[in-house]
Amino acid sequence: MATEGTVLQLPQRLPWYSVARLRHLTNLIFKEYPVVWLTILFLVLIFPALTADFTAPHDPLKQQLSKRLTPPVWDQTGDKPGTWSNILGTDKQGRDILSRIMHGSRISLMVSLSALAIGGTIGTTLGLVSGYFGRWVDHLIMRVVDTFLALPLILMALVIVAVFGPSFYTAIGVISVLLWSRYTRQIRAEVLSIKALDFVARARVAGCSNLRIIVKHVFPNVVNTLIVLATLQVGTVILLEATLSFLGAGIPRPNPAWGVMVADGRDHIASAWWIAVMPGLAIMFVVLSMNMMGDWLRDKLDPKLRQV
Amino acid sequence: MEQDVLLQATDLTKYFPVTKGLVLQKIIGWVQAVDHINFTIRRGQTLALVGESGCGKTTTAKLILRLERPTTGQITLETADVHNLEGEELKQYHTDVSAVFQDPWSSLSPRMRVRDIISEALVVNQKVTTKEAYDRVDYLLESVGLRAQQATLYPHEFSGGQRQRLAVASALVGNPKLICLDEPVSALDVSIQAQIMNLLKDLQDQFNVGYLLVAHNLATVRYLAHEVAVMYLGEIVEQAETDELYDNTLHPYTKALFSAALTANPDSQREEIILRGEVPSPINPPSGCRFHVRCPYAMDICSQEIPERKELAPGHFVSCHLY
Amino acid sequence: MTSQADNYQAENYYEPEKNIGEVVLDVRDLRTYLYTRWGITKAVDGLNFQVRAGETLGIVGESGCGKSMTALTLLRLAPKPAARIVSGEIFLDGENILERPENEMRFVRGQKISMILQDPMTSLNPVFTIGNQMVEALGMYYQEEQQRGLRDRAVDILRRMGVAAPERRVMDFPHQMSGGMKQRVVGAMAIAGTPRVLICDEPTTALDVTIQAQYLRLLKQVQAESGVSIIFITHDMGVVAKMCDRALVMYAGRVVEQGDIRTLFKNPSHPYTKALMASVPSMEEKHVDKLYSIEGQPPALFDLPVGCRFANRCEFVTDKCIETYPPSFANEQGHSADCWLLEGQSEWRQVTEAGV
Ligand SMILES: Nc1ncnc2c1ncn2[C@@H]1O[C@H](COP(=O)(O)OP(=O)(O)OP(=O)(O)O)[C@@H](O)[C@H]1O
Ligand SMILES: Nc1ncnc2c1ncn2[C@@H]1O[C@H](COP(=O)(O)OP(=O)(O)O)[C@@H](O)[C@H]1O
Ligand code: SF4
Ligand code: SF4
Ligand SMILES: [Mg+2]
Ligand SMILES: [Mg+2]
Repeated sequence: MATEGTVLQLPQRLPWYSVARLRHLTNLIFKEYPVVWLTILFLVLIFPALTADFTAPHDPLKQQLSKRLTPPVWDQTGDKPGTWSNILGTDKQGRDILSRIMHGSRISLMVSLSALAIGGTIGTTLGLVSGYFGRWVDHLIMRVVDTFLALPLILMALVIVAVFGPSFYTAIGVISVLLWSRYTRQIRAEVLSIKALDFVARARVAGCSNLRIIVKHVFPNVVNTLIVLATLQVGTVILLEATLSFLGAGIPRPNPAWGVMVADGRDHIASAWWIAVMPGLAIMFVVLSMNMMGDWLRDKLDPKLRQV
Repeated sequence: MEQDVLLQATDLTKYFPVTKGLVLQKIIGWVQAVDHINFTIRRGQTLALVGESGCGKTTTAKLILRLERPTTGQITLETADVHNLEGEELKQYHTDVSAVFQDPWSSLSPRMRVRDIISEALVVNQKVTTKEAYDRVDYLLESVGLRAQQATLYPHEFSGGQRQRLAVASALVGNPKLICLDEPVSALDVSIQAQIMNLLKDLQDQFNVGYLLVAHNLATVRYLAHEVAVMYLGEIVEQAETDELYDNTLHPYTKALFSAALTANPDSQREEIILRGEVPSPINPPSGCRFHVRCPYAMDICSQEIPERKELAPGHFVSCHLY
Repeated sequence: MTSQADNYQAENYYEPEKNIGEVVLDVRDLRTYLYTRWGITKAVDGLNFQVRAGETLGIVGESGCGKSMTALTLLRLAPKPAARIVSGEIFLDGENILERPENEMRFVRGQKISMILQDPMTSLNPVFTIGNQMVEALGMYYQEEQQRGLRDRAVDILRRMGVAAPERRVMDFPHQMSGGMKQRVVGAMAIAGTPRVLICDEPTTALDVTIQAQYLRLLKQVQAESGVSIIFITHDMGVVAKMCDRALVMYAGRVVEQGDIRTLFKNPSHPYTKALMASVPSMEEKHVDKLYSIEGQPPALFDLPVGCRFANRCEFVTDKCIETYPPSFANEQGHSADCWLLEGQSEWRQVTEAGV
């Protein structure tokens, strides 16, 4: 009989620069552990949001008209060469773009986290109730959800803002209102399948109240879904906030919200492209890496959640 | 025999509506899942319900467990009407009656610790301190052949057989009088089945608990049950003490069921009755005797009149026009 | 008993004669390993057995011991890329099918070796009618025939599988059929190519006992008519006793004992088989006080002990068992078992080396 040593074709040691090895490494970095995305998130979103007060090179609101429309440091060709003091350049009021982006990340993070918390809580609660109790409660909640999902988001937001006036809190409120229905839908679907499992029947036989069953038996089993959904939505929310701000319905000026910055740069896109492009890149990087993180989490936590 | 009745089901019926349409659900028929059945379970004894899938065994168990409400009929535990309990009595009922389900992978909350799963019925229904509850858990874990140190683990850290032991432990926590066992071993491997069956039997002797055993494996039933009721399409067609039934099957369906069951004996010379067709739908069951479309002995009267339930030997009931 | 009942018995009663011929399938030292993130799962780890024409060979064992993986390996359908056949030979009608190029396997599957799975739903496509699916399957075997002829042939095979009114049934979709009926259709598709070997992986586990009885009888009739060899995978000892001529007992990826059914049930030699037989309750005997039960569980297939794989649960374990996997011992009657207890006994002859 063959022994295991001869049976197994162990892959030979290959040099680090071989194709197989490099592929393995990229797999590790992008698939197995999302190092790249985490790094981007940390650099663009989390670190500046926490420390902008000390680390931003300038006051984001301070205008220096003498420095207005300075290009980024690497652009030395024009009549106004870039300087190291304003690495990413300045806008038309001479405010430092890097500092504004750094402070803007805090706004983005705050708005998205608050909106997610509020929308997520409402949505999850309704999803749990709808899925668990079924019957007319379910019908009622799901019709409302359908209505919300059918509404044109941006238009709705503009209407709400027109009524309440733009502010930090209106932005959070509007985004929460737009978000909750997705949670309800996903969580309800999940609850429907959990409810049919024997451990829920066992809990009912043990005499648990509905509240206890929902809290102790059902909810813990939807937490994974919730985490994945939330991560995937941070990107959406940041984009939504930016869009609202861009349209003037989000964070009011002169706060350095990313969307506002893009909007401000719109008029100068031909002559001073960096004003709009720099915050735009920040949005793109954050949204992209958030989505990647979400995909990764989903695959790790629960591969069957592919449809989220 | 009659003296120590623990649970009595009288004229128990459960129909499920069959609906059509999405919004305005119109009822177009009824699934006659359980149809006017009567049985009793004695203290510390096992009544087994056997029959093919869809014949209403699980529904009967669910009615006892209050997971469904009966359409008509009554279940009494000792003297209390099970479906009209409230307040303290209801809490008592939830500790007196418990259940073990078929699938050990889905019957334990995946995100709760074993000790919280096992002690739940106690915590919810009685005023006990955490210490008391956990002491009871430790004791029960030992009783079902696990170790007390395993109390803080999660269910996924156990194998199928061990999980079924956990399920049994959690069913025992309130010192129940009755446990409904729905196919407790059929999802387990042969070598593990024997472990769990022995455990169930030992625990019955130790705690004097009654079992309602739902099973389709006749060998399991013979080993565990004192009394057996054979169900077909929602009705009990034959009922007797285990040994009496196994030695003397009377109803044609019981005969066919027993002949179709295979024994682990290559030389077994048993009469083979192969039934025609399949179990009809319980939505519009056949008239008269529900078995007449498949019965090898069917007579004219069978499709017209519902056979009466007769006691042919002491404690041996049959519903069939042959007798 | 009434006379009507006797008639019914008579018209149904049919126990076909067995006609066992030469070796059709010869499996030697077959190993299928799965490369998973936990390590190497040795699902099939050195299988040796033969199947003769017209014979029914049972494969019994606990869940996860490698029965289904054996079946898939025989069809070369083990899930890629996780599974790899790392050694062995599968001679089907004298030809080693492991040497065939992958793209030629379709000439082997269906026509030489075929399979019925446990869950009929996974073998049938819900969006096509039974007829269309059967015609498509038949089209692979009977290329020259017309669509019309194929349909007649499909009806014919369905009738052989005991499907009532097959002309109408071919127009049904799978969801319109009961489990037993679907399993018959799957069976019909499996025998359509007149294979030499039919593998049945727990075909009746999802069926009710009375339907199972119908199905098992049907398989026997089909076998008697066509002379196909059946490999019957199951964990139900009753089904094995009923259906099989010989059986393999698998434990943790190995065949620990094989022999004819009577010997296995009445006079097993391997401690695992003995324990397994003793732990099955009987519906024919009165209350026994306590069932024999094997404590513990089988080892994980990715973390196997070096010695006997049953050692942690075996009553007769010795140091030797823990150190070295036992060789196979065989006797005159073609019965064999892997256990050190048989070493040195006069009727048992060592046929393989110790170790896996
Ligand atoms: N696709 C797969 N990837 C990795 N491991 C697998 C895969 N399929 C099966 N296995 C493993 O291979 C081993 C044998 O599996 P197999 O399905 O053959 O068992 P079995 O005896 O048929 O069990 P059962 O009675 O539960 O069907 C098990 O340990 C199983 O976990
Ligand atoms: N909630 C339900 N709604 C509609 N029909 C049901 C429901 N539960 C069970 N049934 C039907 O009742 C019959 C009996 O079911 P059950 O008691 O689960 O059978 P068993 O346990 O014997 O397999 C079946 O026909 C089943 O489809
Ligand atoms: S009543 Fe008639 S049909 Fe029913 S079981 Fe008896 S003989 Fe058969
Ligand atoms: S080899 Fe040893 S451990 Fe293995 S079955 Fe035989 S006696 Fe038991
Ligand atoms: Mg059931
Ligand atoms: Mg299998």
